[in-house]
Amino acid sequence: MSAIELPVPGPAPGARIRPPESPPWRLRDRLGLGLAWLLGLLFCAVAVAIVLYFLVQGIKYVRPELFVTNPSVNASTSVATGGFLDPLLGTLLVTALAMSIALPVGIAVAVWLSEYGRPAALARIAESSIEMIAGTPSIVLALFGVLLFESPALGFLSRMSGGVVYGRSFFAGAAMLSLVGLPLVVTNVRAGLQAIPNHVREASYALGKTKIATTRRVLLPAARPSVLTGAMLGAGRVIGDTAIIVVLLGGTLTFNSAGSVPLLSTLQGTGATLTYYVFYNAPTGEGNQPGKAYAAAFVLLAIVLALNVGVDVATRRSRRLRWSS
Amino acid sequence: MEFMKPPPIRRLTGSETVAPSHDRQPVAAPPNGHGAANGNGAATAFVGAQRRRVAASSLAIDRMQVEELSVAYGRKLAVDSVSLTIRQGEVLALIGPSGCGKTTLLRSLNRLTELNQDVTLKGRITLDEADIAKLDPTALRRRVTMVFQQPNPFPMSVFDNIAYVLREQAARRPKRGALRGAVRDALSRAGLLDELPDLDHPALKLSGGQQQRLCIARALAANPEVLLLDEPCSALDPQSTQVIEDLIVKLREDVAVVIVTHNLQQAYRVADCAGFMYLGELVEYGGATQLFRAPRQQRTKEYVRGEFG
Repeated sequence: MSAIELPVPGPAPGARIRPPESPPWRLRDRLGLGLAWLLGLLFCAVAVAIVLYFLVQGIKYVRPELFVTNPSVNASTSVATGGFLDPLLGTLLVTALAMSIALPVGIAVAVWLSEYGRPAALARIAESSIEMIAGTPSIVLALFGVLLFESPALGFLSRMSGGVVYGRSFFAGAAMLSLVGLPLVVTNVRAGLQAIPNHVREASYALGKTKIATTRRVLLPAARPSVLTGAMLGAGRVIGDTAIIVVLLGGTLTFNSAGSVPLLSTLQGTGATLTYYVFYNAPTGEGNQPGKAYAAAFVLLAIVLALNVGVDVATRRSRRLRWSS
Repeated sequence: MEFMKPPPIRRLTGSETVAPSHDRQPVAAPPNGHGAANGNGAATAFVGAQRRRVAASSLAIDRMQVEELSVAYGRKLAVDSVSLTIRQGEVLALIGPSGCGKTTLLRSLNRLTELNQDVTLKGRITLDEADIAKLDPTALRRRVTMVFQQPNPFPMSVFDNIAYVLREQAARRPKRGALRGAVRDALSRAGLLDELPDLDHPALKLSGGQQQRLCIARALAANPEVLLLDEPCSALDPQSTQVIEDLIVKLREDVAVVIVTHNLQQAYRVADCAGFMYLGELVEYGGATQLFRAPRQQRTKEYVRGEFG
């Protein structure tokens, strides 16, 4: 009568199942496995060491007033004191500006590469261009930015005095930093789009939807976790960049606006970011106040770690709901 | 140990036919009361399960006409001068072994074949006497909608899945309230409305069978004249399959239904008309009862008896 058979009682839950007749591993394999374990642990140890070191140093030096006061250069001793309010705001400002360029452009490029990809030759060229930008050291991008933004045609983006374009501003820095973030956005969004099975696209076309409607209403919402991942990884890279900031943001520790229009003048003016603040205050820098460098580095690390956690959350959510292939 | 050997692989090449072998019994479901009562030539005929349709619809109207259609991918001919009629009030089942061109035929009915770049089409397909090649593809695909093999709801709520179809492109997006009635209507036509906890339930959290019925509801929301089903049950469990088959039979009064299936039992259960395709040709096309019980062609006979495929 009962068609349901009870499962054969197996080993206790949690017990290790070892096939009795399997021969032991050879010595070389076991050594290899041990080495792999060792290197893996070493890597973890390095990561933990960095975080712990800066946690300890950070807690030692981070003071609430650092967040609310600006760096000020003491003229008599030429040592900067004060906090890092402006560099912190500068980091946020330049990152927001750079990503507001990199994200739409990156999504557009990724959609074109993944959904259209025609003409094929142009798509290939675009692909290798993106790889090239991704591989270009940011100091090279910075130098290119100087050439670009010192040209009179782009003078409105930075300070101009007597026909000479200064070429250093938040606009200039963000424009070049967007190139640092762009490849990460493109690769992630593209991978996200390509992970959507083709029959989902066809389902939308089969309902009489155009390619644009499908991309906008189905594919991009479906790839949202990848878009978020790309945005956050890109932002992480932009936040951490120093070379472009040193060269293109002017290297003034506080906002130094150019012009009179409130926000625009700040963006046209020069400033600093946390990375520059660390660079400046590091034992090898001009400021030479290691305590402040540690505090700023700790804040920087915390921001980047928070972004990484965000990436994890975004990708984990994406794994939960998927189509059967 | 005779039974340990795998059965020999049977293949048909070209038009050559394989002599019916006697060492194998036709694959069939266990006969039940109805099937046995209907079939009188059990030795040669297809022993099918109970048919779901009550009676053939008397109101069959010609909706689509396929005339001498040939479809080729590059140099490979997938569909070879096929002609058939698709009627509202009837379910047309296309059967045949893998790669015989039945899905290609189905996809050419709403011009989805155009998504492949190297496809060439010959012949003519008409929808209500209008050549579909001259219609706007998006307009055509709203009149001839399709459900796919894998359930593929869009990653949004159930409501938004249906509302996506109802919202015209580039037009001003109608408010949620204005669409609610139509969404509920489509869901109830697919028999899904009563099973949903709420309309904002994420579509991908439904079960496979429910997802597939949502896809059918989505296809129905466009108010199509023809509904194309490409192996809609092949990814589903028997119970969901049964629900969907009942649904297909119910739907044929309002829309012309074309179903491609690998499952002969299923084709027999739901179809009024059937076409057997083999190597791109439509070998036989006619009433389902005739095609399954008294096939005219030798190849059809062998296929429905389960001798190859």
